Parts: sequence; C-alpha cells; structure tokens
Amino acid sequence: MQFRVIKKGEISQKKYTLITLTAIFSALVTSGLFLALLGLNPLEVYLAMVKGAFGTTYRLEQTIVKSIPLVVTSLGIAIAFKMKFWNIGAEGQIMMGAFGASYFALQYPDMSRPLLLVIMMVAAFVGGAIWGLIPAFFKAKWATNETIVTLMMNYVALKWITYLQYGPWKDPNALGFPKIANFTENAILPKIFGVHIGWIIALILVVLIHVFLKHSKKGFEISVLGESYNTARYAGINISKTILIAMLLSGGICGLVGMLQVAGVSKTLSVEISGGVGYTAIITTWLAALKAPWIVIVSFLFAALIQGSSFIQTAFGISAASALLLEAMILFFVLGSEFFTRYRVVLEYKLPFKKKEES
Amino acid sequence: MLTVSFLKAAVIAGTPLLFATLGEIITEKAGNLNLGVEGMMLMGAVIGFQAGYYSGNPLLAVAGAALAGAFGALIFAFLTVSLRANQIVSGLALTIFGTGFSGFLGQGMVGFKMAENFNASFDALKIPILGDIPIIGEILFNQDILVYSAFITAIILGIYLYRTGKGLNLRAVGENPAAADAASIRITRYKYIHILFGGALCGLGGAYLSLVHVPVWQENITAGRGWIAVALVIFAAWNPYKAIFGAFLFGGLDIIGFRLQGTGVSISQYIFDMVPYIATIVILVIVSMKKDRKNAPPKGLGEPYFREER
Repeated sequence: MQFRVIKKGEISQKKYTLITLTAIFSALVTSGLFLALLGLNPLEVYLAMVKGAFGTTYRLEQTIVKSIPLVVTSLGIAIAFKMKFWNIGAEGQIMMGAFGASYFALQYPDMSRPLLLVIMMVAAFVGGAIWGLIPAFFKAKWATNETIVTLMMNYVALKWITYLQYGPWKDPNALGFPKIANFTENAILPKIFGVHIGWIIALILVVLIHVFLKHSKKGFEISVLGESYNTARYAGINISKTILIAMLLSGGICGLVGMLQVAGVSKTLSVEISGGVGYTAIITTWLAALKAPWIVIVSFLFAALIQGSSFIQTAFGISAASALLLEAMILFFVLGSEFFTRYRVVLEYKLPFKKKEES
Repeated sequence: MLTVSFLKAAVIAGTPLLFATLGEIITEKAGNLNLGVEGMMLMGAVIGFQAGYYSGNPLLAVAGAALAGAFGALIFAFLTVSLRANQIVSGLALTIFGTGFSGFLGQGMVGFKMAENFNASFDALKIPILGDIPIIGEILFNQDILVYSAFITAIILGIYLYRTGKGLNLRAVGENPAAADAASIRITRYKYIHILFGGALCGLGGAYLSLVHVPVWQENITAGRGWIAVALVIFAAWNPYKAIFGAFLFGGLDIIGFRLQGTGVSISQYIFDMVPYIATIVILVIVSMKKDRKNAPPKGLGEPYFREER
C-alpha cells in the first residue's frame, strides 16, 4: 500500500471555490484550536469579531474605511504579480505617495479644495510611481532581484517619513510632541454616506484595472510576460517597456492609497500611515487570484478581520498581532489547498508495476 | 582605538546576519527560496527571549530559538516540497506569520530585560594565543561564544558543501533535481533536512539579537535584517566563506550611523538608518550588473520538483 500523486486536468471554477473555502474554514478551525489552548472559547471570539466588524453602523463604516486601502493596494499589486514581478514594496510606495500628497497639503493649505485634492492625488501617484519605477528599472536593465529591492525601499521610505516627523516637518505647536501638523479642511476628502469618497475612487479603479488587465493590449502583454519570458520575447513584446509601464501603474496606484489615507483617515502624515496595509494586500491579492472583482470581496473580508480583531483586543485582551496570525494561517491553508486543485492523491494497494501489467 | 572597537562592534552586529545568511544559503542550495527568513528570525528571537527570561538557562534559550526557526521552516517545507506551493508567496506568508507570532507572544514583554547573570554567559571569551594577536585578535578572537559558533558554522558548512559527498548530493538536488533523482538521491529528504536546518540557523540569528545584541525585548526586533540576509546570499554568491565577509560588512553599516552620532556629525540619525538598506540595493544592483556563471544561483531554485512532470 502506498500513496501516489496524480496530476489532475483542469477543474471547474465551482470546485476551485469549494476547495478554497474548505481551506479557509480549516484555517479558522486550526486557529480556533489555538485559541482553545489559550483557554478561550473560539466560537465566542469569532462571534465577537463579527460583531466588532459589523455590529453597529459605526463599526461597519470603520470596516469599509479599512477595506478602501486594501482594495486599492491589492489592485496595484495585482498588476505587478500578473507579470510575476514580486512587488512587495507597496508599503513604501504608499508612504511615498502619502509624502507627496502631504507636501502639497502642508505647503498650500489655502488652495481651493477641489484643486488641492486633485494635486494631492497626482503627487501621491507620482511619489508611489517613482518608488515603483526604481526597482523596475534595475529589473529591466540588469534583472536585479525585485523582491529584495522593493522590500529594502519600504525601509528607506519608513526612515524618510520618520526623519520628517521627528525633524523638519515636526509641528512646532505640538508642545514638543513629535507629530506633523494636521491638514486644513481644504486637504480633507469629503464624505458620502458616512465614509470618505475613497470608496468611490476604489470602485472606479476596480473597473479600470479589470478592463486594463483583461481587455487591453498592454494588460495582455503583462500577463504574457508573467507566463513566460521567452514567449513574450518571441512575440516581439518590448520587455523593458512593459516592466516599466506595469510598475509605474502598480507603484502609482499604491501611492494613491497614501493620499486616501492622509486626506481621508488620519488627516496628517505619520510613520503609521500605512500600518502594514502593503503586506496584508499581498495576501488579499493572492487569495483573489489577481482578479479585480474578487479583490473587492477578499479585501472587505480581511478588513472585517482586522476591524474585528481590534475589537477582540479590548474585549478579550488578545494581542492585535492575532490578526496577522489569522491572516497568515488563511494564506498557508489556501496555498496548501492549491495542491488539491492540481493533483489527486490515490492509495494503491498493489505495487505500481503490477498495475501496469493488468492494464 | 576607535576603529578597533568599531570593527569589533561590527562583528557583533554582523553575527545575526551571518547566522541567517548561512541558513538561507543551505536552504537555497537545496533548491528552495525561502523568503520567510525575517519571520523565522522573529520566531527564534521571541522564543529564545522567553525561554531565557523564564528559565534563566542560556542553553535552553538558544535551543528553543533554533527549534522555533526550524518549526517555521517546517511549515514552509511542507507547503513547498510536499504540496508544491509557490515558494515566493509561501515565504512571504511565513514572514507575516512570524511577525504575528512574535508580536503575539512578545505582547506583554516589551521593555523586559535579561537578568545580569544570564548576560554573563554571553560575555566575551578571549581565545588563548589567537586573542593576543594585535588588532585582529581583539576584533575576531575576543568575542562571545555565539560569534565563534557563527564562524565555525560557516566553515563547517563550507567544508560540507564543497568537500563531502553529501554536500555534493545537496548541490545536485538544488541544481538539477531530476538528475539527482535518477542518481537515487532522496530529493524530499534532502530538501526537508536542509530547509529545517536553515530555519534553525535563522532562529539562532534572531536569538542573537534578542539575547545578546539588544538584550531587551522590543517589537519587530529584527527590523528587516532577515531581508538583508536574503540579499547577502546573492552578495556571497551562495558561498558560506564569502558570507562571513558580507555579514560583517553589513554589521558595520548597521552601526555606522550610531557611531558617527558621537563624533559630532550633524546629519540626522534617521538618514543614517537608511544606509544598510540603500547599501543592500546598491550591492544587489552591482552583483546583477556583472553576471557570470560562477556567481549564478542554483539552477533549480524556486521550482518545485515533481517526478512525474519531468
């Protein structure tokens, strides 16, 4: 008797979804066992998380506010991942976008509101795009490993914002407290239905990126390059140009998140402006299989998970790091489950060579 | 004597990098790219710190850290070797897991300090004769026991990789798993053993930070050193001996800003804090500019191996 792994053919979308859902369920059960080991009732904790994320209008609004940066960042990451360009620098791109937007918000506080907001968006896009183009340039020119470069640039951006907050941009009116001055009303995004208009921008971007990746020539070239470098080369695709354009968009969109966060949520720039969104969005992008519509759903659920876990932090005294653990668990299980979408495990009672003789 | 004390401190700051770089070299030699170094270091750091803090036993602390790192690597190995999952995303997931793991366990310990007599077991031990060599003796041979262990590990790994049959087998697994399989090398077993061993070394690297280098618990104690280690693997061209040099070079860059502060240089510390990260980018770019076959990664790196898909 022995196990044998056999390759499966293409499986239906329905089966794929079922396997993924089973994986997420298993992740919740495993994490629940862990909670039980800590002497907590996992059902109670999960229920409290749901309540914390959707229980009141305010909490629901907070969940939506938290899903906006996740959706937009995931869209940016999806463009890069489609090309198999492992952009894990979204965190830094968000921060540099926030830096660009904040520069104009602080320099021109009296500019008319619509004009200032548009300029801030453009500045944020440019800030993120530059941060995305630097590793793209090295990748295109010398095939430099983009994973590490994008990640290192996160730390450079973080130190840059820290420098500003503790140095030249420190608010002199904050009684020595190291913070950057709050924006004027002109640099704050208006609200629609209780949530800043970032949600409308996010939904517009979902449609735009979906069309770009699915139906445009450049989008197609990006996915061909992602599938196979050689195919792309033989097909006459300009590889360097494709890498640069994709990362310009990827970084720029992530940069835009920085603007949405400073102008919509925190109303100033700080070192916590991104708060790990750039990393969480990697998970949501992957779980959504790089598909724009799925990104909305997965990001919303993950925002609920984050919002819910900040609630259980106060209710049960569980560290906020539990959200990270649960996210990683879900990703582990889904990554593992992909095996079962591609292969089948069979138990054989006869020796393999005997079976061959029979057939 | 500023330079001698600076170089000595650079060796200490480079030791966690050396452990982690060696761990990743051995992992990548088996053909698996584990980007979870940062996560495994954090797991080792928190378990090492807790074991040391509550038991007061340095041996237990170090062993716990190695086990924690190996546990992280086990998750990665199961996903990428047995279930053939995407190695890059699995590694990232492991980093996120390790960050959550250390944040969760270290929650109430921020600012906790190791006991005095615990620290004493990591005091510098001067090696007789070698320690008396002027300058070099002070820098290299008047260090604590974990620094020596890192040196010795690098040398043993170098001998293992280039001078033993098992090391040759390992390199075959990483370069061309199909050929290694045909030569009846147990691919899965080799991969698991070396990935786990690599994880244990990463855990030790993290523990060196929390037990010796910093000895006070702080959140995200590794601050990106795991990623610098991944870059150092490329810098060292997958060679354990070159990793020693790379790790100490980066150890020096790590502390240069702090050192210059005292000498009256009027540049913000936060700008100096960028130096190791920018240097990593610069070095990666330079290495990629002059590509040659000798410095190439193992050919099978990042590809899952499935016998029936040859």
